[in-house]
Amino acid sequence: MKLKIKAQAGSFESSDVLIMVEPLADGSGRRVELESIVMQQFGDDLLAQINKDLDVFEISDVRIIVNDKGALPPTISARLETALKRSAGIQSGTLN
Amino acid sequence: MESKKNTFKRRTMLYIPGNNPAMLQQGSVYGADGVLLDLEDAVALNQKDSARILVSHMLKYISYEACEVTVRVNHIDTPFGLDDLKQIVPLQPDAIRLPKVETLDEISRIIKLVEEIEDEHNLPHDKMNIHVMIETALGVQNVYDIAKYSPRIDAISIGGQDLAADMQLVKANDGVGIDYARKQIVMAAKACKIDVFDTVYVDVENEEGLREEAEYIKKLGFTGKAIINPRQIEIVNEVFTPTEQEIRKAVKIVKAFERNKKEGIGVFAVDGKMVDAPVVQRALRVLEMADIELADL
Amino acid sequence: MKNILQRDIPQELEGIGVLEPFEGAFTKLKKGWMEEATVPPPNKAKLPHSNKVCDNLREAIIKTQPKNGMTVSFHHHLRAGDSILVESIKILADLGIKDITLASSSLTSAHVGILPYLKDGTITQIYSSGIRGELGKALAEGVLPKPFVIHSHGGRVRAVHTGRINIDLTVLAASASDIEGNATGSHGPSAFGSMGYAAIDSWYAKQVIVVSDNIVDYPCVPQSVSQNYIDYVVKVDSIGDPSKIAGGTTRITKAPMDLQIARLAAQVIEHSGELKDGFSFQVGAGGASLAVAKYIRKTMKRREIKGSFILGGITSYGVDMLNEGLFRSIFDVQSFDAAVSSSLINNPFHIEIPAGLYANPFNCGCMTNKLDVVVLGALEIDTDFNVNVITGSEGYVRGASGGHSDTASGANLTVAVCPSFRGRIPIVKENVHTIVTPGESIDVLVTERGICVNPKRPDLKENLVKSGIIVKDIKDLAKEVEQITGKAKPIENEDRIVGVVEYRDGTIIDVIRQVKQ
Repeated sequence: MKLKIKAQAGSFESSDVLIMVEPLADGSGRRVELESIVMQQFGDDLLAQINKDLDVFEISDVRIIVNDKGALPPTISARLETALKRSAGIQSGTLN
Repeated sequence: MESKKNTFKRRTMLYIPGNNPAMLQQGSVYGADGVLLDLEDAVALNQKDSARILVSHMLKYISYEACEVTVRVNHIDTPFGLDDLKQIVPLQPDAIRLPKVETLDEISRIIKLVEEIEDEHNLPHDKMNIHVMIETALGVQNVYDIAKYSPRIDAISIGGQDLAADMQLVKANDGVGIDYARKQIVMAAKACKIDVFDTVYVDVENEEGLREEAEYIKKLGFTGKAIINPRQIEIVNEVFTPTEQEIRKAVKIVKAFERNKKEGIGVFAVDGKMVDAPVVQRALRVLEMADIELADL
Repeated sequence: MKNILQRDIPQELEGIGVLEPFEGAFTKLKKGWMEEATVPPPNKAKLPHSNKVCDNLREAIIKTQPKNGMTVSFHHHLRAGDSILVESIKILADLGIKDITLASSSLTSAHVGILPYLKDGTITQIYSSGIRGELGKALAEGVLPKPFVIHSHGGRVRAVHTGRINIDLTVLAASASDIEGNATGSHGPSAFGSMGYAAIDSWYAKQVIVVSDNIVDYPCVPQSVSQNYIDYVVKVDSIGDPSKIAGGTTRITKAPMDLQIARLAAQVIEHSGELKDGFSFQVGAGGASLAVAKYIRKTMKRREIKGSFILGGITSYGVDMLNEGLFRSIFDVQSFDAAVSSSLINNPFHIEIPAGLYANPFNCGCMTNKLDVVVLGALEIDTDFNVNVITGSEGYVRGASGGHSDTASGANLTVAVCPSFRGRIPIVKENVHTIVTPGESIDVLVTERGICVNPKRPDLKENLVKSGIIVKDIKDLAKEVEQITGKAKPIENEDRIVGVVEYRDGTIIDVIRQVKQ
């Protein structure tokens, strides 16, 4: 997936997560900035999950800002997918 | 047409906004018979993608246990409807709910699309049910033809808010304006031997009003009702669950029927009232709603 | 050494002394008496017609001759509205008093103002049944040189009797008092209801000050504390924020999750076999716990059941049930809302009781022993049904032991209610961070995702299953929760013990270690 613009998905609501993605120049690598109300308990899991999802979408150069309010794994994946698709301009079936 | 045997009770179906993770992950715990994961009216127009993706991930992750899971997609002629189908149909929830169906042409187009998607994914055509919502005056006029179009349609539902708007009703809270539509839709469903659901009751604080409306629509013949707040579930479930007195009476009738059947008697009396086939049928329905097996009697 | 719940308890802890490990809820009680020596209450004398009234709190405190290393106690009946505790500590700090042991029956959000005095050596130890917010965070981070002690309401009375809590000065706020210190919380502009936790302090403290914004003609009636125990009386302009002291009625929650759990809990109670004429009942003040009363009220009406008494912390909801004739009486150790106080003063069947009668294990029978059904909340519960109500998911102190272990040990049916997870944090899990109430005291757990019966109660399980209630194994529920949330990494601690959790009989059920920063 080729990221083009800054984009975000999700919210600050409880059990949700706000994810912002920003494309980076080739070779910059992944910069994940993680903030979570369950950092102590699930910080490592969250990072692993985000990296795994990025692998699936074959994204290696990106800045991701995560503000997690205790979202479950499906919500993390869904918000990340939405933000990435919005950034890549391949989201469909929605109004901007 | 054969009546589809549905394994779910369908007294209460709880709407859950498709873009709300907190509610999606807890949808099954409130005691509703079914959940309606909503991609349509409960989702802002610029979050349709987000909700669609979220609901897909949730469907794969969360077990809704004994709840029937229905996803309400957007109308096929909106910019969102086709994407909804493409994303949701492969996940095969128990049913998808189609809003604002008005004509035979629409329903045939949608079902064709659904089955094309199923074919692409090597999925059967007979697993996922289709619920049709009637929310316009035109839809009400065509409801029987729509309902009988496909055996996959195992329930129809009235969308009261949109129908009132379509009818240009200014004050719609008392339900007078949509009363004809309710009865028409019930009749169409009964003619097709499928389930029929009532619209939501929007005044969440008014528990008495909700109970009255639930009792009224039960009398009209509705199978159950859509719910917009978990607090409404208990009341509607109560209304649609037979009382102890009703159950006792039904047991008596069914037992007397079984006894008389052996002796070849068709019509008999219980507590001084004549009992014939329709009365027995109603008694059997009461027992079914009370989860009582005939074998247990 | 390990106690019976496999928690590591040191043999001795500086600032507390020798620790006795918890050996089971009734192990010590079975003997029929308490082995620890009790301390005598102080003997005092006053000449006829001498004056107890002081111009202000500072003057009264000076008269009690405060000294370094003293223990000062308070009650928490003013809930989140109290200003007397913080004011008293400020005065003591101002007088240069150091090394104070603060022994309040509980600490609420109103008491965050003492935080600076934890840091500057004014207060060096705390005894309380509950600690929250910034205070709980600071304590878990090890702000105090001596370990704090979390006790139950019943256990506090025992601790005063044994001298573990040896009160030099108590400052007791009242909503009405006369010049001799006969005082009550049941009337006056700041009426707050029962003064049940304050009685023991008035009897045992070497110096007793009653503070009120409302000095009434002698004699004040009724008398929650009486003049023969009172040294000084102070009239103040205000004992706190009246909107938080005397604020309205407690509403039943509207949160769908709490209501759903409460509905299930009420079904469990209905089919447990305990819901019958003459049954006694207590609910906690928390969301789901209190909401159970709403459904039990309905069920009692439907089945025409009349109960005997409601016990413990009382809300206006309980008063409504008394007035409807659903229960014969209320025994009120603590009023959760001010609407209760008018019932307390006007209804002879609404009776104020001291904490010892309520829950002290070492007497000829406290009222929690007569409970049929109690409904209690939980911050965490493990697969052996051990309950944590004191430390939160990050290891900070953010709750209250209160009457949890007292009522749980006494009731025939103890129902724990909580969601199976909150946000992403598992609540039902293999291990809880801190044990307050032992699993042996919990009969059934009700969550939104399943009802679990303690294996020691096969009779209860049978009753529930017979009535069509689905019962899950708690280990299966914990697994199911872990599948949803993922496995949470345990809280990281330092080795240093910053607090201990004392069981009601005085043994140590768990320790609280410093949270790693």
